[in-house]
Amino acid sequence: MAELRMVQAVNRALTESMTEDDTVILLGEDIGAAGGPFGATRGLQEKFGPDRVRDTPISEAGIIGAAVGAALSGLKPVAEIMFMDFITLAMDALVNQAAKARFMFGGQRGVPMVLRTPHGGGLSAGPQHSQCLEAWLCHIPGLKVVCPATPADAHALLRAAIADPDPVVMVENKALYAMKGEVDDAPAPLQIGRARVARPGRDATIVAYGAAVHWATEAATALARDSIEAEVIDLRSLQPWDEATVLESLARTHHLVIAQEAVEAFGVGAEIAARMADIGFDELDGPILRVGAPFTPVPFAKELESAYRPDAARIAAAVRRTLD
Amino acid sequence: MADPLILFRTMLTIREAELALARLFADGEVPGFIHLSVGQEAVAAGVCAALGPQDSVASTHRGHGHAIARGISLEGFFAEVMAKSTGLCGGRGGSMHVADLQRGMLGANGIVGAGAPIALGAALAQRTRGTDGVAVAFFGDGALAEGAMHETLNMAAIWRLPLLMVCENNGWAEFSRSDTQVAAKLGAWTAAYGVRHVEVDGNDASAVAAAAEDAVAAQRHGEGPRVIEARTHRWRGHFEGDPQRYRDPEEAARMAEHDPIARSRATLLDAGTPAATLEVAEAEARDAVATAIAAARAAPPADWMAALSGVYAPAGA
Ligand SMILES: Cc1ncc(C[n+]2csc(CCOP(=O)(O)OP(=O)(O)O)c2C)c(N)n1
Ligand SMILES: [Mg+2]
Repeated sequence: MAELRMVQAVNRALTESMTEDDTVILLGEDIGAAGGPFGATRGLQEKFGPDRVRDTPISEAGIIGAAVGAALSGLKPVAEIMFMDFITLAMDALVNQAAKARFMFGGQRGVPMVLRTPHGGGLSAGPQHSQCLEAWLCHIPGLKVVCPATPADAHALLRAAIADPDPVVMVENKALYAMKGEVDDAPAPLQIGRARVARPGRDATIVAYGAAVHWATEAATALARDSIEAEVIDLRSLQPWDEATVLESLARTHHLVIAQEAVEAFGVGAEIAARMADIGFDELDGPILRVGAPFTPVPFAKELESAYRPDAARIAAAVRRTLD
Repeated sequence: MADPLILFRTMLTIREAELALARLFADGEVPGFIHLSVGQEAVAAGVCAALGPQDSVASTHRGHGHAIARGISLEGFFAEVMAKSTGLCGGRGGSMHVADLQRGMLGANGIVGAGAPIALGAALAQRTRGTDGVAVAFFGDGALAEGAMHETLNMAAIWRLPLLMVCENNGWAEFSRSDTQVAAKLGAWTAAYGVRHVEVDGNDASAVAAAAEDAVAAQRHGEGPRVIEARTHRWRGHFEGDPQRYRDPEEAARMAEHDPIARSRATLLDAGTPAATLEVAEAEARDAVATAIAAARAAPPADWMAALSGVYAPAGA
């Protein structure tokens, strides 16, 4: 057992995967000599050499396109896109090529690549360095999307993503990179698509992922002072997502709130709400409520950004409203 | 040196297959959109003659010739474009996605310019694994306007990857002259990145093969990217059914004078190849195509249940 920051857990997963499997290579801007803009790849170029930890030019379309070609040719590339906002430049390679190759080529071969990219606000990084765009990717058949909330899950999900025969996007919340947590020395492999109960409870279910898991837990602590016991489910994997665990919780609590940092409209929460309104209809004793960001770009000013971002208070208010 | 008779045979097969496709399309047996490379066969035949089984090819929307020159199964090819379950891609891709990964055919591509970065990645894989393989990216003259092309050439150049970019310069980008869309001459563009550019007559399969062999041989010994520009002609519309109102009908007549197959035939005869040999080759190409079409016709339609479960690898794979 070691206490690691999330960014170190990512680094450890990369180190382990690269040690075990010499087809794993890393691609990204300033990931090599400089160790990555957030330090996730620190020390890896020294360890594995510049061919396996490759500094790329500022060419997101080229990076992801090359990752697709390399993955079709027997490597397992792990590409880093410096900010999730920049995936816009790589969308063709991701959506039209990586996601479709297995299906469109009749199952001849998959594209075993990973795209790691940080999302999320709270750093006054402004409208083009703070977005949570994961719902776009969850909408694309052929992609898998995971989003860890803890160092242990960052490690386990990245290991699973690299081992996966299909393209996986791991979205890392940049405000959580410094968060510390215990990581087992030899944790059991995690299957993509399994949620985790972050806090048990009987009165309401809060489904969250990424940073929102921590806000939800904080909300649950506050609610407990009024004897409301909320269960917090950390999705961990957004595509596929763990319908069974959410439904099982809803069947006990009969109330559902979904919390996310991303813009609320048309988001991950909308999908979960729609599914639970269908398969969980008979279990519901209150409206399914979503807590997410308003329909604006992420603002820069501290005052504006804190007004913009969802928090524990808004999640707790939603739980009270659905219980009302 | 590529055997001119083999080049002739490859071109014949492509021509026979594509003219058959045109008929099947007109008769409604081939659905969707198809883009034929009739007139451009020498480029596919010449380049692929320089490749071995370890090499990879990323193609374009006009990719039938590349796939056939790469040696894919004709039956699998026709079954694919005729939307049958026995198609190379199970009828899920169609003409714009014909692929055979086992044969290093990384796929036609419905997105202009998108094959180049994929070939870049294949070249990167070759270098990373320490093989002497190369990757080829075919692209059209219109594709040069896409950003991905520029990113690809730059990355291949800084990393000195064995990427051979082959421009099939037919003068057209869909319904527009490509010189109204792309400011750079290809040679000037590649020079800006310090990459060698070779121009060849794209209607002369032996000339194309020689240029490709030279490039590939150098790349197998560690040279970085190269660009071959093959000037050629697109005989038919952009897609089958294109009324081509934008094009002077005179142009078609002039193009036929540069028929790569007629040229290859004349050269072979001049070099003393018996006419009977060429006639046998012609008959064999026709037969191979007819046999493949008959098999594809008899095959069951594409399978929905297989498609539905074909998005991800099966659990536990
Ligand atoms: C990204 C993208 N934009 C536009 C198109 C539509 N389109 C298909 S082929 C083509 C022209 C391409 O010209 P060129 O690259 O010269 O190839 P050619 O058709 O001449 O073989 C266009 C505009 C497309 N398929 N993909
Ligand atoms: Mg063209």
